[in-house]
Amino acid sequence: MIRPLVAACAAILAIVPNGTPPHAAAQAMGQRVPPPARSAMRPVVVASKPFGESYLLAEMFAQLLESRGISVVRRPGLGATEVALAALQSGAIDVYPEYTGTGLIAVLHAPPVHDAAAAFDTVQRAFEQRWGIRWLPPLGFENTYAIAVRAGTAGQYGLRTLSDLARVAPRLRAGLTPDFIGRADGLPGLAHAYGLHFASVRPLNQALKYRALASSKVDVVDGYSTDGSIARYGLVVLDDDRHFFPPYEAAALVGARLQREDPAAVSALTELSGRLSAPVMRALNRRVEVEGESVAAVAASALASLDLTEAKTALVRAPRAGRQSFGAYLWQRRAVLWTDTLRHLLLVAVPLAAGILLGLPLALWLERRRRAAEPVIRAVGLLQTIPSIALLAIMIPLLGVGVWPALVALWLYSLYPIVRSTFTAVRDADPSAVAAGRALGMTPAQVLRWVRTPLAAPGIMAGIRTAAVIDVGTATLAAFIGAGGLGDPIATGLALDDTRLILSGAIPAAVLALLVDALLAVVEWWTTPEPLRAAARERSRDR
Amino acid sequence: MTGPAVLIERVSKSYGVVRALIDVSVEVPQGACVALVGESGSGKTTLLRCINRLVPFDSGRIAVFGTDVMRSEPVALRRAIGYVPQDGGLLPHWRVRRNVALVPWLNGAADASMRAERAIAAVGLEPVMADRWPHELSGGQQQRAAVARAVAGGQSLVLLDEPFGALDAIARSDLQGMLIELRKNTALTLVLVTHDLHEAFRLATSVVVMRAGRVEQDAPPAVIRGAPATPYVKALLARAGVEAA
Repeated sequence: MIRPLVAACAAILAIVPNGTPPHAAAQAMGQRVPPPARSAMRPVVVASKPFGESYLLAEMFAQLLESRGISVVRRPGLGATEVALAALQSGAIDVYPEYTGTGLIAVLHAPPVHDAAAAFDTVQRAFEQRWGIRWLPPLGFENTYAIAVRAGTAGQYGLRTLSDLARVAPRLRAGLTPDFIGRADGLPGLAHAYGLHFASVRPLNQALKYRALASSKVDVVDGYSTDGSIARYGLVVLDDDRHFFPPYEAAALVGARLQREDPAAVSALTELSGRLSAPVMRALNRRVEVEGESVAAVAASALASLDLTEAKTALVRAPRAGRQSFGAYLWQRRAVLWTDTLRHLLLVAVPLAAGILLGLPLALWLERRRRAAEPVIRAVGLLQTIPSIALLAIMIPLLGVGVWPALVALWLYSLYPIVRSTFTAVRDADPSAVAAGRALGMTPAQVLRWVRTPLAAPGIMAGIRTAAVIDVGTATLAAFIGAGGLGDPIATGLALDDTRLILSGAIPAAVLALLVDALLAVVEWWTTPEPLRAAARERSRDR
Repeated sequence: MTGPAVLIERVSKSYGVVRALIDVSVEVPQGACVALVGESGSGKTTLLRCINRLVPFDSGRIAVFGTDVMRSEPVALRRAIGYVPQDGGLLPHWRVRRNVALVPWLNGAADASMRAERAIAAVGLEPVMADRWPHELSGGQQQRAAVARAVAGGQSLVLLDEPFGALDAIARSDLQGMLIELRKNTALTLVLVTHDLHEAFRLATSVVVMRAGRVEQDAPPAVIRGAPATPYVKALLARAGVEAA
């Protein structure tokens, strides 16, 4: 019975290398009803990427639009750049915050530019030409890579700049995000520009690296210049004295449809341009990431202090519950958890049912056409090798964001275990019973119906159980394309560095995997012909 | 009908370069029990399976009760001919009654269950065995059920492929006795593949000794014992410890 748990945990861990994640905070704010004049218009879909600052900026966009009477749908925490951009290109979302450096290097694969205005011009022109996507004027701050050390390390070696760091680097251990270690504008370029050579380089994911630095497991980390954690742990950001890092100016990225259909919304969003400085942003991030205020509350007070909205007295600061027990915390979140769990069940049940509906007949058909079987099953198996996030991203241009692409992706994932085990079980069904059926005058169809399929029942059910447990685990990733479910608290928790929030999604997901597997074990017992049940029990004990 | 139950004329069969049957001709009179004997690879099982078209033969002709098998639809042909595999081949997920009723049920007979019970009695199984699962039966009981299944559809020709090969000596002897009884009470024609000469001599009215795809000798047991046609048959008898009559 360990298998489902492992699968669920593996699926949860699979999120981590992707960096960071989604939402929940948005739920705290009630959506305002738009004035009648605009009621016929489609709401503006505001999205973010899965990390704290992106959440916060998107929430500011959303509240700003709402304060102008424009109704909004929030899709925070979309997978990563590829997912968010694909969603914007397809019109599934209308706006999300992006950084010029990311557009330049990760999207356009252009060589790094060191002048901020030149970088903005380049992405502006290219995005407009290729996809009709518009970069609104920058928000006013840069969130570039930052190389940070503990204050103690800085004092000990007199570190102020990256050139200083290069001197002592051979004595220091670096903990860097895998992304940073690999990309040209990351470690390789940096090492070249400054002659940096660390004693060791450990890949560390986004959520862990600051803790690793604070607890002296490593001495140097990469981060973003506006990370709230820099303040939280009292870190020193070293100055990029040779201007190696390309400019990462934040700006709202607006899709073609919104520009065409809703100029009022675009002009409302433009009001934020040039209003957010780096120190302001760092302070806002700190309130979310360190002090645990809700994203919605921080966004509201930021907009009010910029005089973009009226100050609201009703806003209560809701710091993260620090002292209450985890049980009480779960109880307090029970309504959200219940909704997430139901959504998660939907994300498992529908793809699984569809997988059975297609997979079973396909496998039975292949049993009769053995020559086609291996190529077809291998082709289905190829789907399995597509990384979950990539498959979800592929779905976006076809199906947008939300539940549908997730259902389809999970359905595709469920096919392979079902088809493979059904085919194998039916093909290898008790050869002497099959031979006898044929010798006594059963037609091939009768052999399949009355001999092979009933004898294959335990094998077929094993495939369905595997598919179900994979779906429970993989469905946690569906949060990255806005499908909701128990992945929501996991992704948001990772983005906001909130362990309780992560566990409030991960634990129910693991429990759900166990329950679904147990339920299907009962179905397996029930569908297995009575004399075969003892044998099936033996097998499950071996597992 | 007075012709032979099975008439095999110059049948050949190759598996790639391996010639399993070479110009084999055998006649099985109605009511006879013909034993096909020989070592592994002699072609005896292949020949048996050609009769109900489980194995397609390359040339020659096989007629069952006067009808060329190639003119029969294979499924109908197999339902008309009983078959007992070596391991019984009972469907493990069906109770004995349903297993035995298989052919009448396939034929849509309304009295399939009753026929099954009659066949179960005919092979000497207790009526309570009808409600057992195959795995609850001993090896000998399973083979009895397999024989019952082969005759429950009213078949008058039954093919048996090493039917008692996996049984211990006592069970085998019991089952042989059961087959003898069954033949006494019915007009069954049997074609039996066995590597056990003693079994062949006990059951068969005629023994066909095969070697490397050819018929070495085809004669009643007494003739084979008394006048082995070839040194091979003589050696086979000696090896089996069968005394010359």
